[in-house]
Amino acid sequence: MSLLKPGHRGCAGCGDALAGKFVLDALGEDVIVVSPTGCLEVFTTPYPESAWGVPWIHSLFENAAAVASGVEAALKSLGRKDNTKIVAIGGDGATLDIGLQAISGAFERGHDFTYICVDNEAYMNTGIQRSGATPLYANTTTSPAGKISSGNPLYKKNMPAIIAAHGSPYVATASISYAPDMMKKVKKAAQIKGPTYVHVHAPCSTGWKFDGSKTIEVGKLAVETALWPLYEMENGEITTVRKIKNRKPVEEYLKVQGRFKHLFTMAGGENPQIKKIQEIADRNVRQFGLV
Amino acid sequence: MKLIIKTVTKPGSTRANKTGAWRSFMPVFDHKLCSKCGLCDVYCPEGIVYRLENGYYEPDYEYCKGCGICANECPKKAIKMVLEGK
Amino acid sequence: MRKNMVVVEGSYAVAHAVKVCKPNVISAYPITPQTHIVEDLAQFHADGEMNCEYMNVESEFSAISALIGASAAGARTYSSTTSQGLALMHEALFNSSGMRLPIVMTVVNRALSAPINIWNDQQDSISQRDTGWIQLYAEDVQESADMTPQLYKLAEDEDVLLPAMSCMDGFILSHVYEPVILLEQGLTDEFLPSYDPEFILDTKNPMSFGAFADPSTYTEFRYKQEKAMGVALVKIEEIANEFKDIYGRYYGGLIDGYVLDDAEIVIMAMGSVIGTIKDTIDELRHEGESVGLLKVRSFRPFPKDAIRKALKNAKIVITLDKNISVGKNEGALCTEVKACLYNTDNRVPVIGFMLGHGGRDIPMQMIKKIINKAKLVEKGIFIESEYADLREDLA
Repeated sequence: MSLLKPGHRGCAGCGDALAGKFVLDALGEDVIVVSPTGCLEVFTTPYPESAWGVPWIHSLFENAAAVASGVEAALKSLGRKDNTKIVAIGGDGATLDIGLQAISGAFERGHDFTYICVDNEAYMNTGIQRSGATPLYANTTTSPAGKISSGNPLYKKNMPAIIAAHGSPYVATASISYAPDMMKKVKKAAQIKGPTYVHVHAPCSTGWKFDGSKTIEVGKLAVETALWPLYEMENGEITTVRKIKNRKPVEEYLKVQGRFKHLFTMAGGENPQIKKIQEIADRNVRQFGLV
Repeated sequence: MKLIIKTVTKPGSTRANKTGAWRSFMPVFDHKLCSKCGLCDVYCPEGIVYRLENGYYEPDYEYCKGCGICANECPKKAIKMVLEGK
Repeated sequence: MRKNMVVVEGSYAVAHAVKVCKPNVISAYPITPQTHIVEDLAQFHADGEMNCEYMNVESEFSAISALIGASAAGARTYSSTTSQGLALMHEALFNSSGMRLPIVMTVVNRALSAPINIWNDQQDSISQRDTGWIQLYAEDVQESADMTPQLYKLAEDEDVLLPAMSCMDGFILSHVYEPVILLEQGLTDEFLPSYDPEFILDTKNPMSFGAFADPSTYTEFRYKQEKAMGVALVKIEEIANEFKDIYGRYYGGLIDGYVLDDAEIVIMAMGSVIGTIKDTIDELRHEGESVGLLKVRSFRPFPKDAIRKALKNAKIVITLDKNISVGKNEGALCTEVKACLYNTDNRVPVIGFMLGHGGRDIPMQMIKKIINKAKLVEKGIFIESEYADLREDLA
């Protein structure tokens, strides 16, 4: 039985729910979880119910890392830390955007905790608005495709690099579609002393517009097209990379999602947007040695 | 219902909410085709696919939302999504 | 008693008071004029005099957020801030009160930007009066220090469980050197029990804090906070008396009076201006004026009944506000005093003066000028609310 209990209000096929489940099941009961506001927090805790089988606290949107810092300090001060792991699990909006300051402070102070970003690439709980994690040309409600727009015009913020620059001893990327790999990385991150970070890709069928049954499949395509590289960094150096066995062109990933549909219906001929996205994938391959 | 202050709630109390009522399609597990790999259990977002004593798997239909991930991921195509009858 | 007195800076007296209350987690972000408090605490910590975690955080928002996490995990917590820092915490003030976490914070009252101004007034804490925090205002340095253990005892009471701010006027009380009795550790150990909450973040007994409450349950959470404030009304008096029994010092509970009983003219105020008013009253009484002081110590919870009783025999009530709600042209104390008298048959004129903003000094002459202006009501000239210290050349 998972430590994330059923009956929660996540969408059918929810990637965030899977991420939460894998984190809890990787770490066990001796964990205190801090959540910022977001899908995972909202659908698991409608008063008076809670799906969390471990101690859990939600305060505000932008302060999960600060609250986690306080929990860690309290346990240390009260002599109750023992082997209890403190884990902040937050969405991309809460992590890359509004919560960035608190994360920076917490990592700089060096608290012994793990921050896991569950990245579904937009502010999903409020209705699919663009965040700093929204990839290039994705259609969201605040970066919609339109007569003179191809969707989100900005590149995805490189959060793992920002965390690594803070001197974190362990930074990793993971995907819910590669569950054993993700759980291994989460366990490792929690065991390493100091502030560690795992950035998890969590496809969202509601926001990305695909059938809920395809959540895992879509996540796999992100990795296989090199748009979501899977790697580990220890003390700023890349130590492991998961190589791609059968690399696919980015179209394979983009065409199964409604949020990129507009890239395929634009005036025929060369599609410059898809080319740009392919360049991102190519850069990843070069930078991380994915092939 | 006693209101516990601090907005504190008991763990696992979401079990009171039977999300099985959500679905239109239900997964039907064919054990004859099943290889007992357990991927259906791993990838269920509700965590309600359980391993039976004989090693095969079954969902808890009280909570199954009918998302279809298990059917999509089953390497043996042992799970079919069937429109739920009345 | 006098030989126990030392001359120290107000901030030091408060930091020392925090030390003897033995908090488990302190978070600190510097802002004038609070800085000396967190600096003194840092020095205590660096010298091994405090067994706590001292966190230097990266903003006031994180300062209060860290304490939310720490308090939920069962720690006694402390921070201090002022002005912009308190304003930055605004969201988290509601959150910590709603989550019933007994955080204690010293607010070193300072004016709010814009224009930026580092000197004293009470806009910062007064503008947070809706957040569900207890607010007590100190008259002098000794009271500021003494308020600290009283607030921990109050906030951590299982029938209260609300966060509390101890308000002391910036620079006037924080940077002044006064003779004080530093809080005695032994007496504090006797007065203040350890913090032992029922619900904490504990892997042995997992609970979820901070659920979302839909329309069917939200109201009752606010109602319970209000009830807790009602309990605080009673406990503030009790705790002030317990403090007197153990330490021998008393400043009033919810309110305090100074030659109040037979006063025809009653001046009401909060904070350090009380001292100036008392000296002015002494002089005026010598001249035969029937004037007295009603000090308001607790602003939240607002002591309606105590104020109604205290003003029963007044002929003229003057309120002094070091704050302003722009758009109402009135200070908060004035508004709330009038409101609490409205449904009684006490129709005493309440004359409101706003003054001292941005650290503008309030000399005794100003108090006398205000009293004379207020007395014009006897000639039919009623001042509803106005600035007492406006500069004509700038206005």
